[in-house]
Amino acid sequence: MPTVSVKRDLLFEALGQTYTDEEFDELCFEFGLELDEITSEKDIISREQGDEKAEGASDVVLYKIDVPANRYDLLCLEGLVRGLQVFKERMEAPRYKRVSPANGGEPQRLVITEETASVRPYAVAAVLRNITFTQERYDSFIELQEKLHQNVCRKRTLVAIGTHDLDTISGPFTYTAKPPADIRFKPLNQSKEYTATELMSLYKADSHLKHYLHIIENEPLYPIIYDSNGIVLSMPPIINGDHTKISLNTKNIFIECTATDHTKAKITLDMVVTMFSEYCEEPFTVEEAEVVYPDGRLCVYPELAYRTETLSGDFINKKVGINESAESIAQLLTRMCLRSEITGEDDQIQVEIPPTRSDVIHACDIMEDAAIAYGFNNIVRSTPRTYTVANQLPLNKLTELLRQDLAAAGFTEALTFALCSQEDIADKLGKNIAETRAVHISNPKTAEFQVARTSLLPGLLKTVAANRKMPLPLKLFEISDVVLKDETKDVGARNNRRLCAVYYNKSPGFEVIHGLLDRVMQLLDVKPGRNQGYHIQAAEDSTFFPGRCAEILSGGKSIGHLGVLHPDVLSRFELTMPCSAIDIDIEPFL
Amino acid sequence: MADTGLLESLLRLVEKVDGGIDSQDVAVDLGVDHQVIVGAVKSLQALGEVISAEQKSSKHWELTGEGCEIAEQGSHEARVFNAIPAEGLPQNQLMKMQSGKVGFSKAMSNKWIRLDKAHEGGPRVFKTVETIEDTVRDKLQLVQKGLSAKLEEKEKNELKKRKLLAEVTVKSYWITKGSSFSTTITKQETELTPEMIASGSWKEKKFKPYNFEAMGVAPDCGHLHPLMKVRTQFRQIFLEMGFTEMPTNNFIESSFWNFDSLFQPQQHPARDQHDTFFISDPALAHEFPQDYLERVKKVHSEGGYGSQGYKYDWKIEEAQKNLLRTHTTAVSARMLYKLAQQEKFTPVKYFSIDRVFRNETLDATHLAEFHQIEGVVADYGLTLGNLMGVLHQFFTKLGITKLRFKPAFNPYTEPSMEVFSYHEGLKKWVEVGNSGVFRPEMLLPMGLPEGVSVIAWGLSLERPTMIKYGINNIRELVGHKVNLQMVYDSPICRLDS
Repeated sequence: MPTVSVKRDLLFEALGQTYTDEEFDELCFEFGLELDEITSEKDIISREQGDEKAEGASDVVLYKIDVPANRYDLLCLEGLVRGLQVFKERMEAPRYKRVSPANGGEPQRLVITEETASVRPYAVAAVLRNITFTQERYDSFIELQEKLHQNVCRKRTLVAIGTHDLDTISGPFTYTAKPPADIRFKPLNQSKEYTATELMSLYKADSHLKHYLHIIENEPLYPIIYDSNGIVLSMPPIINGDHTKISLNTKNIFIECTATDHTKAKITLDMVVTMFSEYCEEPFTVEEAEVVYPDGRLCVYPELAYRTETLSGDFINKKVGINESAESIAQLLTRMCLRSEITGEDDQIQVEIPPTRSDVIHACDIMEDAAIAYGFNNIVRSTPRTYTVANQLPLNKLTELLRQDLAAAGFTEALTFALCSQEDIADKLGKNIAETRAVHISNPKTAEFQVARTSLLPGLLKTVAANRKMPLPLKLFEISDVVLKDETKDVGARNNRRLCAVYYNKSPGFEVIHGLLDRVMQLLDVKPGRNQGYHIQAAEDSTFFPGRCAEILSGGKSIGHLGVLHPDVLSRFELTMPCSAIDIDIEPFL
Repeated sequence: MADTGLLESLLRLVEKVDGGIDSQDVAVDLGVDHQVIVGAVKSLQALGEVISAEQKSSKHWELTGEGCEIAEQGSHEARVFNAIPAEGLPQNQLMKMQSGKVGFSKAMSNKWIRLDKAHEGGPRVFKTVETIEDTVRDKLQLVQKGLSAKLEEKEKNELKKRKLLAEVTVKSYWITKGSSFSTTITKQETELTPEMIASGSWKEKKFKPYNFEAMGVAPDCGHLHPLMKVRTQFRQIFLEMGFTEMPTNNFIESSFWNFDSLFQPQQHPARDQHDTFFISDPALAHEFPQDYLERVKKVHSEGGYGSQGYKYDWKIEEAQKNLLRTHTTAVSARMLYKLAQQEKFTPVKYFSIDRVFRNETLDATHLAEFHQIEGVVADYGLTLGNLMGVLHQFFTKLGITKLRFKPAFNPYTEPSMEVFSYHEGLKKWVEVGNSGVFRPEMLLPMGLPEGVSVIAWGLSLERPTMIKYGINNIRELVGHKVNLQMVYDSPICRLDS
């Protein structure tokens, strides 16, 4: 969930009201935000780097507010204030307008060449005219781009935003892709020119930019945007040129978004311009720009599309569980920036979805907004009439019953991890990993998560090892799932419910573990015997001490093993006493 | 038990004195070793309030082995002096004596003897005085007689330095009469025996009182794991509410069922390598319900069912990727799809409690695997108010009655609500679960009828268990580093009390 940091006093000034922390927290809760933390720059520095470093830092109170991941329109102070003011009916949602250049001028134009197709094929653009920045507005503008990059733009993989001082460049602009060695410019905040190849190695050491290099690093052609004089605007998604950088005095801004996802590019552009057109001479107007695609198609951006949906008051009432008139539902929706009115036909409501609400893609999203505006906690809680009879999963029912009786038999339940290292299930048990039918994980952060376990035994032995200080004997069991490859399943693997127990003492206690087997079979109502019943027979298994291992057969089928563990296995698990173990599949007893 | 004669002698001694007697003095009086008296005191204590004995410790000086030898035979220096005849003794011969080395240097520094190095036939030792006073021996003899008080501290420390004296601590008892003091001993029985019952002799016997302050003997039994005890209770709650258990015994899931079927877009960050464990072997799932898959693809890439969709290029390769399921909702999706394939829809209530996996950063409260509790209800006409009603009933069974709901975002539910309960201890609202109504973009491609709503909620099993059992570090609860003593000692689980 993204967190937006805003200055409290600035926020209250914009809201035209001061709140206590509790009151503001309450407002956030109602609206679906979370006042995560109240802090200051000084606090943050002092926490991260110590009190000394914090000396002299600003102690202006900051609110850190958690914003739902799909509400890109709330990622900056401007958006938050607009959302809350409309919610509290202190203002009407603004109407965002795309306009042609003043005095019949030609729109700015961005021409995309076909070379971009292989690396980053989409681009959109727009112009903000006669904007007035203050330090706070400027900071917020930069911060919003960063937030969008982290969220909707998926760390610039889907979309990258570039903003430029339009008065330093002249169109038409060209968006193309070139070999890195052929790209050369002075990047943002650097004092000399670099080739793209040089830049990539320069930024390897940059704590911020190094995270984006992988997006184009291995591409033969890098995306690049030039103006008509060959000045570099940006090399997306890495860095802008220094020449076009904006400042507090910038009046006219050219915004380009390059992308691998066209929809997300349009959303991102709409967000930037709707949020900051507020500071234009003509607030909430955005000057159009043309984008020419390699196939000659000409598109005009930003889209700033308003969409209309019609739904009935009855639909909202039935889904939410309230009983409101169409008029009052229309009013609720309007408070959520979804300007709504009744059509006069039955209880139909016409809802207008503004370009800021890209999260509204279905009637259910509109329904949710009505419920939020109504207040979740004002909805009457009622029990559904759904009549059903409960059933336990037979496998879990059997597991529950067996667990109770194994504890009654004097064994203590362990709960071990389903993920472990290859070594745990293979080398340490004296097995070859290839024979285990183990499912392998492709991206483990540490060796503890290399495979899904194929046996419960390693987990139990590790539990014993971690509890060696406890009085002997240690008698442990676990009934849980292991995972095995299985071609017959759609995903190529299946779980298998196993029962495993260990007896750890000064003497191996084979008879104890054997007795446990007899008890389990008694509980499962399987009699000793060779044919219908169960019996054990000598077997060789590298996990066990030679001559001290038996295979367990039930109804003529092998269901597992029991025996005294091999001393090498014990040492590998850092155990010093003899230990006997049983490991069986309980699924045949369903 | 010490013999009755000794016990009675001891008791007679105690009777004679007012205010009590030291066990060491008793030992001297009765002429037995102190340890025997200690044993007798313990035997008497076991009989009840016959005597009361308070343990005390005292220090006193004792001769070491070497000290005893000197008290008897004289100090090394005196022995050297006495060994020298008038005509003197060759030094090498003197050194061969047992006390030679130490005695020689001490006698020299006492100026009792002299060494003539230039004597013909080698260095020779002569007496320089006629008689000597062996003060070391005198002092040691004083200590031997128990008169160490006559020596000055300095003198004692000097002898201690020479390892002739040692200060020892003696633990003894200060014995006084008990509330039921008597000089004769009546033997008390410890336990009722079958013979006593048969003969009726128990009527005449006195029985040793029990110590009700002591703990009993722990029963020899096994124990269930606390997390599993809590799981059992949650299962019970769902069963009481009429919910049927889902088959969640499939940790390996395809991205299709884990994400795509839930209308979670393919670029969603949860599908990142950083958040999810992907499988390298078997890497891909190979079987999907084909026409359902086509409908899922369409609703993602183009929309439909009243939805704008996400408008991106949906790829089968992404859906095929196997992973360790990140939520049990993947199973709910399979179950709802199965339900949609029924000829006629029937309402269902489902639940599951099982493991899920996240490739996340680990800390004191987060592990790579945890148990998710999930409840799902599917029926015609379910409302958001119904979801809140079910949650109210569910949490009431957990002993939580004060609930409120916060709007939230989740890719596959709309509306989505975080569930908060008021924590009386912390005096604030804390998040206890997540809930929502499944999106039509998830349900309609499955083939569920238009008017059917599906409400669902989830929470982790570990968090309520940690709160219930007061555990701060999740590793003490889950996994092999569990503290078995905690497992042995944990009480039964009643969630509503």
